[in-house]
Amino acid sequence: MPCPVSIALPTALRSFAGGASSVSVDADTAGAAIDALLDQHPGLKKHLRAEDGKLRTFINVYLGEDDIRHLQREQTPLKAGDQLLIVPSIAGGRA
Amino acid sequence: MTTDNLPNNNVPLNNDEIARYSRHLILDEVGVEGQTKLKNSAVLCVGTGGLGSPLLLYLAAAGVGRIGIVDFDVVDASNLQRQIIHGTKTVGQRKVISARDRILDLNPHVRVDLYEEPFTSENALQIGAGYDVIVDGTDNFPTRYLVNDACVLLGKPNVYGSIFKFEGQATVFNYQGGPNYRDLYPEPPPPGLVPSCAEGGVLGVLPGIIGTIQAAETIKILLGVGTTLSGRLLLFDALAMKFRELKLRRDPDAPKIERLIDYEQFCGVPKQKPGVSLENTPTSSVSVSAAAEGFARLSVQEIQRRRAAGWAPFVLDVRNDREAGIVRFPWAEALIPHTEVGARLAEIPKDREILVHCKLGGRSAQAAKVLAEAGYAVTNMEGGITAWAKEIDPAMPIY
Repeated sequence: MPCPVSIALPTALRSFAGGASSVSVDADTAGAAIDALLDQHPGLKKHLRAEDGKLRTFINVYLGEDDIRHLQREQTPLKAGDQLLIVPSIAGGRA
Repeated sequence: MTTDNLPNNNVPLNNDEIARYSRHLILDEVGVEGQTKLKNSAVLCVGTGGLGSPLLLYLAAAGVGRIGIVDFDVVDASNLQRQIIHGTKTVGQRKVISARDRILDLNPHVRVDLYEEPFTSENALQIGAGYDVIVDGTDNFPTRYLVNDACVLLGKPNVYGSIFKFEGQATVFNYQGGPNYRDLYPEPPPPGLVPSCAEGGVLGVLPGIIGTIQAAETIKILLGVGTTLSGRLLLFDALAMKFRELKLRRDPDAPKIERLIDYEQFCGVPKQKPGVSLENTPTSSVSVSAAAEGFARLSVQEIQRRRAAGWAPFVLDVRNDREAGIVRFPWAEALIPHTEVGARLAEIPKDREILVHCKLGGRSAQAAKVLAEAGYAVTNMEGGITAWAKEIDPAMPIY
């Protein structure tokens, strides 16, 4: 059952989500939460998912302290009130 | 360049050093033994920018005996908001020289080795081999992956820090069997998908905080005390003033690093040019034919010449409001941030040629691609408004 969860966005991606630092969605897995986020903010899509639909390799998603790659990836189950955190690769000045 | 790699030995502290380091010597965790270890240690810092500045100052102050610095940039006025190892007097000077002079002023007991060249797949292993710890104070993805892979091949710890706007990341890679950068991010983002500080900006004190965390981790590793950030990614948000910690593990699927590769190609960016500033110079070096890209690229001189001859394209500024508030072309007809161009085509006339510009030419090239794909006749101003200010109108401010 989808339940209310939040997704915290890093500064680097906020401009693609209308400036939002956190977005609330209803979802039962990490992957479903990301899809719900992308439905609300389609401008984020190319930054989070590659053409084949997979999460991009320079985008990490954490549930609590854990990278979902070390949990059940996009199938990682969520419960009400969970917070996902998106952490992109950042390089600094150039890039 | 200095290439002799002194073996670590046990040169004792002299009386001047004992007086200088007294606050360390009375710490149980340092003492004479630890301070002597620092004196006989060597640290390589790749980059003398925002992260490298506080890092180098604190390593020098702490009495790290030999410090190597790699940089081929020149001090620019726009660096001084955060790169505190340099000064107004050293604007225009080579960064390695400016940094060395400041380090030796702070602590003449330190030996400084200078590598005024890009850190590349050709020299990284040779340079890195002579140091106990390598610190990543770079500002770009190719060099970050290179530093990481070189550390893995050399078996050296990589003290990592990275910043953007108000947020920073820090950790220790490749230490005592711990994870490395590729376990955190297997691959870099394609150019343009993650904004850089040059376009996004950065709070000047942020690299000060992250760089000093890197310095603390480096000194702990050299002393063999405490618990390092290995296996933990520290996130810092200066706006919220919050630290947060994430678990960082080895990725069992990560390919083994067996040799250094072409990191510019890996990251999809043009090659670094020795003698050319990385962050202070317009990025106008890519020459790809208009046919292949779908849009034209013109130098500021050529644009100036054509405008003088009556050329009147629709001039589109794709920077943000803040930047336009600093300086803009009076003849620009629209201001639309490059990320919004695709969604705001209605504001751009189809029946006129479009000249698009940003600060340095990179974002405008992305916008030009979007416009070309939408059927516009587009020209990109190579080097952006910065090139114009440098080469055409010196009265304009450069930011």
